[in-house]
This record gives sequence, C-alpha cells and structure tokens, in this order.
Amino acid sequence: MSILVNESTKVICQGITGRAGLFHSQQCREYGTPLVAGVTPGKGGTEVDGFPVYDTVAEAVEVTGANTSMVFVPPRFCAAAIIEAADAGIELIIAITEGVPVLDMVRVRRELLGKNCRLVGPNCPGVITPGVAKIGIMPGYIHSPGPVGLVSRSGTLTYEAAWQLGNVGLGQSTCVGIGGDPVNGTNFIDVLELFQADPATESVLMIGEIGGNAEEQAADYITANMTKPVAAFIAGRTAPPGKRMGHAGAIISGGSGTAVEKIASLEAAGVEVAQSPADMGTALKRAIEKAASA
Amino acid sequence: MKIHEYQGKQLLRAAGVSVPRGLVVKSADDAATAFEELGGEVAIIKSQIHAGGRGKGRFREAPDQSGVVLLRSAEEARENASRMLGNTLVTVQTGEEGKTVKTLFLEEGLDIARELYLGIVIDRETCSPVLIASTEGGMAIEEVAAETPEKIFREAVDISTGLTDQQARAIAEKLDLAGTALENAVELFPTLCRFFVESDCSLTEINPLVVTGDGRLMCLDAKVSFDDNAMFRHEDFETLRDLDEEDPAEVRAAEAGLSYVNLDGNIGCLVNGAGLAMSTMDLIKLHGGEPANFLDVGGGADVDAVTEAFRIILEDDNVKAILVNIFGGIMKCDTIVEALLGAYENVGITIPLIVRLEGTNVELAREMLESSGREIVTATDLTDAAQKVVATLEA
Repeated sequence: MSILVNESTKVICQGITGRAGLFHSQQCREYGTPLVAGVTPGKGGTEVDGFPVYDTVAEAVEVTGANTSMVFVPPRFCAAAIIEAADAGIELIIAITEGVPVLDMVRVRRELLGKNCRLVGPNCPGVITPGVAKIGIMPGYIHSPGPVGLVSRSGTLTYEAAWQLGNVGLGQSTCVGIGGDPVNGTNFIDVLELFQADPATESVLMIGEIGGNAEEQAADYITANMTKPVAAFIAGRTAPPGKRMGHAGAIISGGSGTAVEKIASLEAAGVEVAQSPADMGTALKRAIEKAASA
Repeated sequence: MKIHEYQGKQLLRAAGVSVPRGLVVKSADDAATAFEELGGEVAIIKSQIHAGGRGKGRFREAPDQSGVVLLRSAEEARENASRMLGNTLVTVQTGEEGKTVKTLFLEEGLDIARELYLGIVIDRETCSPVLIASTEGGMAIEEVAAETPEKIFREAVDISTGLTDQQARAIAEKLDLAGTALENAVELFPTLCRFFVESDCSLTEINPLVVTGDGRLMCLDAKVSFDDNAMFRHEDFETLRDLDEEDPAEVRAAEAGLSYVNLDGNIGCLVNGAGLAMSTMDLIKLHGGEPANFLDVGGGADVDAVTEAFRIILEDDNVKAILVNIFGGIMKCDTIVEALLGAYENVGITIPLIVRLEGTNVELAREMLESSGREIVTATDLTDAAQKVVATLEA
C-alpha cells in the first residue's frame, strides 16, 4: 500500500509537447510509471516519442482511462489546465509548474470545491511511490520502497531527505512534495491524514520551511490525531525577514512564519525535530526508536 | 514587486478611491512651487522609498530631519526638500544602510479626526484574499495583532463576488463608523478589494485610513505590492518599477534565472533548490559560520547561469570562502563542475572552495574535480561540508 499513487494509477501529462514536459514524461515512463498519453491543445492526433497526444483532457481520459494528470503547462495557462483536468474527471492532479499567480490558485481552489479531485502542488517535485510509479521530477534512484511517509514543501531538500533515509536503511511508502507556493492544493494535514490511515506507512518525515503557519497547524493535527512517530526539519532558521527565499511562500512577513515558531510548535507536539539538515534521516530513526521504547 | 506610495495612490485614484491631492517633486524649487499649487495652509512632505517607518526615520546626513514633515510655508517646503533629496533615510525597515531619497511627495494637509487601519493580503488558511481592519491606525499592524488582537477585524473575500455590501457594512460598524464615513466605507472597502484582485496585488495597505474632521474617509497612506508571478497580465506596471530600490545583485541574478538574496556573512553559498539553499545557510550558522547569501541556481540552470552565479557571489567583497552544495536531480552534478572549473578561468576564484555533490552524475563530476588539478576541497556530506568551510576561515 501507499498513498495517492498506486498500482491502479494511470497518468497523462498536460503540456507533454513542451521541453520539460516531454523530458520528464520520458523519465517517468523509464521508471515504470504507466504514463499513457499527453495533452496539448492544437496538437491532438499527433504523437511524441510514442506518447499519443490529445487536444483535451476529456478526450485523453475517454480513450485511455487515465485517472491522474501531471501538469507541466506554462504558468499563465496552468490554472485553466488544472480546472480542465478536474472537469474531465481526473482524480489526482499533480502540478509541477512553478510561477503560477497566487490569485489563479485562489480561483482553482474555489473551482475544485465539491469535486472528487485532489490537487498536489503547484511548484512541487511531484509524488513518488517507490517501485510503483513516480509522477514528477524527482530522481527515481534515490528512493527505495519502505515504511516511511515523506511530505515536504521543498524539492531538492526532499531528495536530500530521501537519500539520508536510504543511508539509515529506511525506504519510503510514498513521498509527496506539496510545493512552495502560498496557496496550494494539498497541505501538510491532508498528507498526514493519508499517512496515518495508510497501513504501509509506519512513520512520517515532514519537511517544512519559513512562511505561513502550515507547520503549526500540522503540529496541532499531530497532537490530536497521529499515533505514528513523526520527525521534522524546518528550513530557513537564518532567513532574514521580509525576503522571499526562492519559493513564493517562503517569506517571513510581519514577524510571523519564522522557523523558531514552527520548531517550537512541532516539538510541543512530540515531533522529533532535526536541528541540522544533515540530521533528517537520523532524527526519524530516533523518533521510531522512541516510539518503540515508549 | 513593490511600488512607491505616490504610484500606489495614482492607481487607487484611478480605481475610484479617495486619496488626498498630491504632487510629485524631485527638486527643492519644485517643492516650494508644489506647496503654492496645493494652496492650503499646511502640506505634508513625504520621502518616497520602498520602506515603512518614514516618519520616525532620520537622515544620515541631517540627523534631525524626519522622512515625513508637516509644512506651513513654501519656504519650509524648499528647506525640508533640500535636506531630504539625495540624502539617506534610515528607518526601522531599511536597515542601517538606509535608502537614498530621490523623490518626494507633497500632499494637502487634512483635518484628521481618527486614524484607522486597512489592509488586504492573501490568507493561506482560507485560500482567499482577506480584508483586515483595525481601529488602531498609524501603528504597525503586527504590534496591534500582538498586543490588542481584539481590535483587529477580518473578512474573507470571495473573489467571484468580491467583498459584499453586508461584509463592508459589518467591518465599518466594527470600526465605529457612522454617517458619511460609514457610507464612504461601504463603497471604499469593496473597491479596494476589487483593486487588489484586478491588479494581482500581494498587499494593499492603507495605514492610516483617516476620518476627516468633516466626517469623510480618506486614504492617507498607500502601500501596494504586486505578485511577481502575475506581472505578465500587467505589462503597464513595469514602468512603476524602481530599480534603484532593489539590490543590483538580486536584479542581475533574477535576469539570469537565479534566485539570490544578499546577507551579511562571509561564506558564499551556491545551491540548487530553494529549500536546500535555505538549509545550507542554516547548516553554516549551526557550525559557527555566517552565510553571505541565499542562492538557488534552480533546476534548469545551464553552465552560463551557474557561471553568472559564481560571478555574483565573488563580487561580494565580504565573501571569503564558497560552499557549493548540490543535490543533483534534474540539475546534473557535472554541469555544476563544468561551470565551476570554467569560473576559475573566466571569473577567477582565489578564495577557498568547498564542494559537496550528490545525485545525478556525481561520479563523473567527482572525477572532473579530481583531474582538474585545482585546489578544491570536497566534502562527503552536509556536516562535513559545513565543518570544512568554517575551518577554512578559522585557519
């Protein structure tokens, strides 16, 4: 078992004829992901490196039976692409695109209300269930199947975490990049809830960063609902206030959203917080050992 | 993207919002003329910089001069302007280095009965814009939130309907507005929300929003900033950009597709990915060093972009050592090393360089480093890298 991505996942790529869309579609296929088609308006009926291309998501779904979409559509068209996928009955939309206007995401969130559909991202590395399927831009080889659920606002820091988990002998059930934007489709709590309910996930590593209060809310959720051991790392302890640190959502504004506040909340929730980014894998190991001896 | 107060007010006026009459001046003579033109007994002269705290701020070259002054004559306008223009205003938000004042804004003086606060931001929790209002105008809203949170009122804005009449009225009543001011508020609040959405703002803040002596609402200040990701919809806003207000290295980095933030330390960082870049700074600090910058080269950077990254880091004179931390995914480790070795030739690296590589093509990259003959220190993991770079500086 795993969360979000499993054996019945069937994927299309929106924006497959773009450079990044095609490259990562090929990489996903190579990993073993059932990537069955692509969508690019105006290029329907053509084929790109063996992937059939359709004009609309609805058509692609009808022909292939896909239930998941990986979105590489450029920022200005990304919101429309996500809404199109939701309207076509796609159940899981993973938006990789970086640079989507925040008010577009506000509109998307509103459109998705009441629809049987989950959005992950945008501005995220994607989702991987090691050994089953990878949907996104993460390197497949650093992941191995195992009992750890990994959820993160970051990209390469997640790779670092997966690599460290590998070094301490821990594989992953599923790794979810929720993205670095202030308004996104899926938050920490959504993923924690899924991991808590997933029999294959025995422990969780959560990677947050400065900006907003999603980590504090996650801490409240963990206190109230999580029985599985959780470890965390929060990036940006040294970030200056008022400056956007790469991610649109990573900014300390008005003195709130600092790493110190987040770390305190998580520690109060019993989460094992790694003090150094070099300590993410070992922190989870400690959390697991603590839970076992408790 | 941030803009100046006078620009924000021009946009607000065009959107139908009441702002005081004002004139932009760039010389002391113009300030005197503007005072006459406004025609009132008093006027306010305000420094135009992209930072708050101007009223309490002082000029380095004229320590008694405030960044915002009440004027009573054309002569006072001239004298104040001459002490402000070209000089450096230091406020709580500018940092010690301050900002050079190049533009002043002269506004008619108003009879002020009450000062309120109004702001619109995106609320991450409700995933919608939220209108924030407070009876405590003229103060930093963060302080009000910390000390008297009961004086802050919030209404989430549904972007398809905008702020409704009932919502506007509810907020206005909580602010104890009545009569003309209440009617003004019911019109103003939805207008500001519409402006926020239509302009793709990340912040629209009116602090203070004042009730005048004759009972009208007026936006005395305006702080407006935009979502950089949405600027493709607003090409006309490009003319509002003031590059003098931005860090030149940050502007250069953005042009090369890099994300860079200048800091005070002496260890330059070159990293791929924002989260890993922040973590690298944290790691350096944890081991007793001070990062000189945040730098994310991104996932798709080529040799040229990475070379530019080295150039930007090395142009910071504070930088005494560089830590390169790459977890190759999309970015291949050999691309980084190719750029890095090229930088020795093209840019000239004379300070210690510590490199930690992992991920895609790491073996190839390590071989390239070893066979280069350059004195490059390699590190096996994050801790090793941080210890080595800090030790280099202590030696």
